[in-house]
Amino acid sequence: MLSPLGLTLSLILPSMRIFFTYFAVLCASVFGTTILPGEDLKVGFIYVGPKDDYGYNQAHAEGAATLAKLPGLKLEEEANVPETVAVEQTMKNMIVEDGLKVLFPTSFGYYDPHILKVAKQFPDVQFFHCGGFYVEGKHPKNVGTYFGYIDEAQYIAGIVAGLTTKTNKLGFVAAKPIGQVLRNVNSFTLGARSVNPKATVQVNFTGDWSLPVKEAEATNGLIDQGADVITCHVDSPKVVIQTAESRGAFSSGYHASQAAIAPKGYLTGAEWDWKNVYKAYIADVQAGKSLQAGAIPHTFRGGLKEGFVRLSPFGPAVSEQAKAAADKAKAQFMAGSMVIYKGELKDNTGKVVVPAGAEWKQQDPQLEKMNWLVEGVIGSPKG
Amino acid sequence: MALKIPSPLTPAPPAEQVPESGRPTVAARTYLTPEGWAHLESLLIPLGAIVISLLVFGIFCACLGANPLAVYGSIYRAAFGSWYAFQNTLLRAAPLMLCSLCTAIPFRLGLIVIGNEGALVVGGLCATLLGLQLPTAAPLAAQVAMAAAGMAAGGLWIAAVGALRQFRGVNETISSLLLNYVAIALLNQAINTWIRDPESINKASSFALTDEQMLPTLGGTNLHPGILFGLVACVLMWFLVQKTTFGFQIRAVGGNVRAARLAGLPVARITLVTCFLAGIWPGLAGMVEVAAVHGRANESLNAWYGNSGILVAFLARHNPLGCVLISILLGGLIESGGILQRSHHLPDATVLVFQGFVFLAILFSESLHGQGQWFGKFGWGRRGRRNG
Repeated sequence: MLSPLGLTLSLILPSMRIFFTYFAVLCASVFGTTILPGEDLKVGFIYVGPKDDYGYNQAHAEGAATLAKLPGLKLEEEANVPETVAVEQTMKNMIVEDGLKVLFPTSFGYYDPHILKVAKQFPDVQFFHCGGFYVEGKHPKNVGTYFGYIDEAQYIAGIVAGLTTKTNKLGFVAAKPIGQVLRNVNSFTLGARSVNPKATVQVNFTGDWSLPVKEAEATNGLIDQGADVITCHVDSPKVVIQTAESRGAFSSGYHASQAAIAPKGYLTGAEWDWKNVYKAYIADVQAGKSLQAGAIPHTFRGGLKEGFVRLSPFGPAVSEQAKAAADKAKAQFMAGSMVIYKGELKDNTGKVVVPAGAEWKQQDPQLEKMNWLVEGVIGSPKG
Repeated sequence: MALKIPSPLTPAPPAEQVPESGRPTVAARTYLTPEGWAHLESLLIPLGAIVISLLVFGIFCACLGANPLAVYGSIYRAAFGSWYAFQNTLLRAAPLMLCSLCTAIPFRLGLIVIGNEGALVVGGLCATLLGLQLPTAAPLAAQVAMAAAGMAAGGLWIAAVGALRQFRGVNETISSLLLNYVAIALLNQAINTWIRDPESINKASSFALTDEQMLPTLGGTNLHPGILFGLVACVLMWFLVQKTTFGFQIRAVGGNVRAARLAGLPVARITLVTCFLAGIWPGLAGMVEVAAVHGRANESLNAWYGNSGILVAFLARHNPLGCVLISILLGGLIESGGILQRSHHLPDATVLVFQGFVFLAILFSESLHGQGQWFGKFGWGRRGRRNG
């Protein structure tokens, strides 16, 4: 092995040296990055896609942007970081090169194994991750996870959709048939059918988180089949909402507000409201609390009431009746008296999934393992 | 399977005329100039291309309100400026080196194979499948078995492309492209059903390998063995193609398949073996991804390393040693993408723009090789001289 290795090196090194020297000459005249005062708290955000995707990443970037305005805080961001060794290196670069002590890697796939691996190497850095499941005793102490019950907002969006539709057919463009997505489809359907028992929801799975062409096809297909309100659960709802608007259909947004791209048909939308979560975390960190000491909880969850999620402001097409019904449901969520999944509830094959009298509250682990579609949904939970 | 390949003994047609078969021709124009000029040319042209792309990129940065010199400095520091930075670059380069061979080797045979991504995915999948069967085996034995499984799977995957070409006349570029989709579908099927860990609720994944099965980092560094595999693979393949009888046979088939047949070379066997040898490296890259990075198989295996490998192979002019250099350059560029966002507040697509400039400049500069009267035709592969 040694001689071919030596051979490569002897062949590579001369050209590499020229390459290096060339760069070194260029860099010789340059040294101008700003050195920051050491007292600022530096916080890093990592996104899996672009920050202006009208979707998942934009929701996080908007939350992060509110932090940038806080005194004594310096924000560092990196977008389009894939869920590979790339995110491990981005985290390490932020820690080693820029001296960050608080990181928010926001994509689900960053958690296992990447955050868990890097967190072990840097026990004094705190990692806050969106959507992961923290396992006490198994995962490093400097890791915490947060997530919101966005299906509460989907339930209310369903009420608005159910009272707006003329055809009683609603369309749902979904990425993958996983628990989180099925839960949104079911909550949206239950909301719609709570005010309009004739409403049905046709769900169309595209198979992946970001497939703009398929998303447009799915939206057109749903509208062709008679659906007049379209909503979705994909990484960037931009294409779905735009297509629905151009076809003259109503739309209900997801992740962030898409009202700007559908001024006529946009009804409302289920949005993340991460600024409250981020401000709470930063206040804790600035007060000297830490995950390691157990002063910040490792699992942080909430819904409408806790300010993790919100609804987009109602669009011009929403009737007074729909607004009133939506506000009523919202008040129940805010009071903590609303339970979406209560018996008796059947799936769309007629099987009873929530027995009569049972109430599955938001923290119920059975909700996270959801693998069925509720009565009123047209589609298969297998995709 | 009639292949119209010009004989290497007659002058090749001008570069603009692509032969009907799609097989690349071997430029046979030669100049009786000192080799020194040729060496200089093969160094000066790519360097000149990089300088030009840097200048254009500097204008781009200035338009976005960043100081171009400071940006150059940051790219250098993030990619090559320290041992820490260079390790990161090497980590990024490792899968690219392995994957680029999948295009570079069959090219010498006259085949354009772009099934790198598929070979990586099946390699990673098969390594996982085997690893999950061996939870109690000795770690080293399990690792060797997984590597062998990944290599065999990747090799057979690309050998299938060669077989389709050889025996059924199916265009290898199309078949390898389509096999990528088959491989990804196979991976999705496996991680969603056969080997799905029920704990992986929101991101379908296989069961995890044990900690002992994971590849260790190379002593005292952040590097995983993938970088070593990449270097060794590129050197081995360079040696095979340039210095062995079998390599000569490959080049003979690539030069003129009819002449090779007339000379009694077993073309079918050479094609299949070469394709197998090309496929084992992305297969190994898949095994490294599973056993050094992810610890399980999931859709993150399909991270475009294979497709980037195609680019690397073409930029390296299908020379395995060139693949090492270009992989490191590309790895460095990707690695520097973060600092452009963090320190200069440039958009996340900036590094892609830079890559685009660099690669366009290098590809355009290809047409300059051998153009000057005082420039000898040399090329990294030394193909011109061999035929002269």
